Amino acid sequence: MDKEENIIKVSNLTKNFKDFVAVNDISFEVKRGEIFAFLGPNGAGKSTTIKIITTLATPTSGKIEINGHDPLKNKDQTRKSFGIVFQDPSLDDDLTAYENMALHASLYGLPKNIAKSRIQELLEFVELWERRNSFVKTFSGGMKRRLEIARGLLHHPKILFLDEPTIGLDPQTRNHVWSYVKDINEKENMTVFLTTHYMDEAERVADRIAIMDHGKIIATGSSDVLKKKTNTTSLEDAFLALTGKDIREEEASSKDLLRAHRNRFGRR
Amino acid sequence: MNTVYVLWIREIKKYFRSKSRIIGALGQPILFLIAFGYGFQSIFKRAGGGNYIEFLAPGIILMSVLFTGVFSGINLIWDREFGFLKETMAAPVSRFSIILGKTLGGATVALIQGIIVFLLTLIIGFKITNYWLLPIAFIFVFLVSLLFTSLGTTIASMLEDMQGFQLIINFLVMPIFFLSGALFPLTGLPKALKIVARIDPLTYGIDGLRHALIAVHNFSYMVDFLVLFILSIIILSVGTYVFERIQV
Ligand SMILES: Nc1ncnc2c1ncn2[C@@H]1O[C@H](COP(=O)(O)OP(=O)(O)OP(=O)(O)O)[C@@H](O)[C@H]1O
Ligand SMILES: [Mg+2]
Repeated sequence: MDKEENIIKVSNLTKNFKDFVAVNDISFEVKRGEIFAFLGPNGAGKSTTIKIITTLATPTSGKIEINGHDPLKNKDQTRKSFGIVFQDPSLDDDLTAYENMALHASLYGLPKNIAKSRIQELLEFVELWERRNSFVKTFSGGMKRRLEIARGLLHHPKILFLDEPTIGLDPQTRNHVWSYVKDINEKENMTVFLTTHYMDEAERVADRIAIMDHGKIIATGSSDVLKKKTNTTSLEDAFLALTGKDIREEEASSKDLLRAHRNRFGRR
Repeated sequence: MNTVYVLWIREIKKYFRSKSRIIGALGQPILFLIAFGYGFQSIFKRAGGGNYIEFLAPGIILMSVLFTGVFSGINLIWDREFGFLKETMAAPVSRFSIILGKTLGGATVALIQGIIVFLLTLIIGFKITNYWLLPIAFIFVFLVSLLFTSLGTTIASMLEDMQGFQLIINFLVMPIFFLSGALFPLTGLPKALKIVARIDPLTYGIDGLRHALIAVHNFSYMVDFLVLFILSIIILSVGTYVFERIQV
């Protein structure tokens, strides 16, 4: 396959929830081997876009191609092409850290020996190896997040989606995670599609950035291009110049409230 | 195949890790067995029905299978509510293998629960006519487990939250139990009730199990087997269809 080829192609993608337009006619491409960041205020439609690209939700309209496959028609092939770390929790709290990793390895068909060594490598990497036999429900929020990242890195997919992976992590761990991601990106030419609210992370790791607001992509380019465009000196200022300064009011759904509740007080 | 296996094991692990679930699910059958079994014993005998505990035991075994099976659908709702479902849905595995693994896991749990209740009935004084027929009894308990776990999982795939699930289950499970032949013989029933009992799939499970354990029955093994088996396949297919369309 051509090295310059676009591994993700999205054209005129729209997603409506009843009469609310969450994603509004967006188009973009991501090159093979690129690290691409989606930035945008809360409720911009970043996660919704990722869910559609990764076959977990259906679009209202638009065309998508992932690694040459249509996520609507060719779900299995599409799913074989990517790995994902979700924004919301997705661990099984009643299993141990190790069991969560092993289950993921089986679901993704990793050969036993590779799975074994990689699980150890990654659990050591996120400093959970000592706690591998503890139930996830006994973990702190940051430990759970670290486990989810380790799990997401277990099989090395063609495309890795990271939806706010470093949320709730201390600066040391965040640094650590991004170095690791950059490393496999370089070594295996793995494409990375990330979202984050930390501008410094985006500036440091992303080759190209798309800024999204109210369901629309309002600017695309490298961090330098965006700064130049807005006549600012930091990505944060560029971001604020493009998206305005008012805080987005979000109507949290009951599910979000339940999740927030669970995050704060633990399960059940 | 590997997917089915790992998801099956997951359900079983989770079951054995929640002691409260195991014990809680045993309370009701014991209560029924003692209250009904001893309560109606003498009336049943006087009416010429024979030993009521013996008649009741297969019904109570399958009652616990019915409840455990249908309620295992709750696991799917938890998985969806707390996010783990996303992990399985994003994986490159067929939706059918996911739902099959979950259903077989739940069915195995229901089967184990049924076996535990069976052992309890032996302690209470239940006597089997022919021990050689135990494998056949086992097959019927498994089929009933499979049927009602499929039903629970299918209903759970259609719903988003717990309340809806509880509601439907109560409207469904109670009639299925009470209108089957679990508590009373089907002979001599009013016509309407007889028809309802024949529509109720649990009736065939109980008939097959009673046939194997105490040699009392209305239908042949073949009829009982086919009804349960075909219905399981139909419900599982509907479940897969619905499950494939879940958005997370
Ligand atoms: N299942 C749903 N039903 C109804 N509305 C939804 C649903 N999922 C998302 N939305 C709405 O779509 C909009 C975009 O949500 P999305 O999660 O994509 O935002 P985001 O850019 O990821 O925000 P954040 O930075 O807060 O994660 C929001 O207004 C949200 O309320
Ligand atoms: Mg989001």
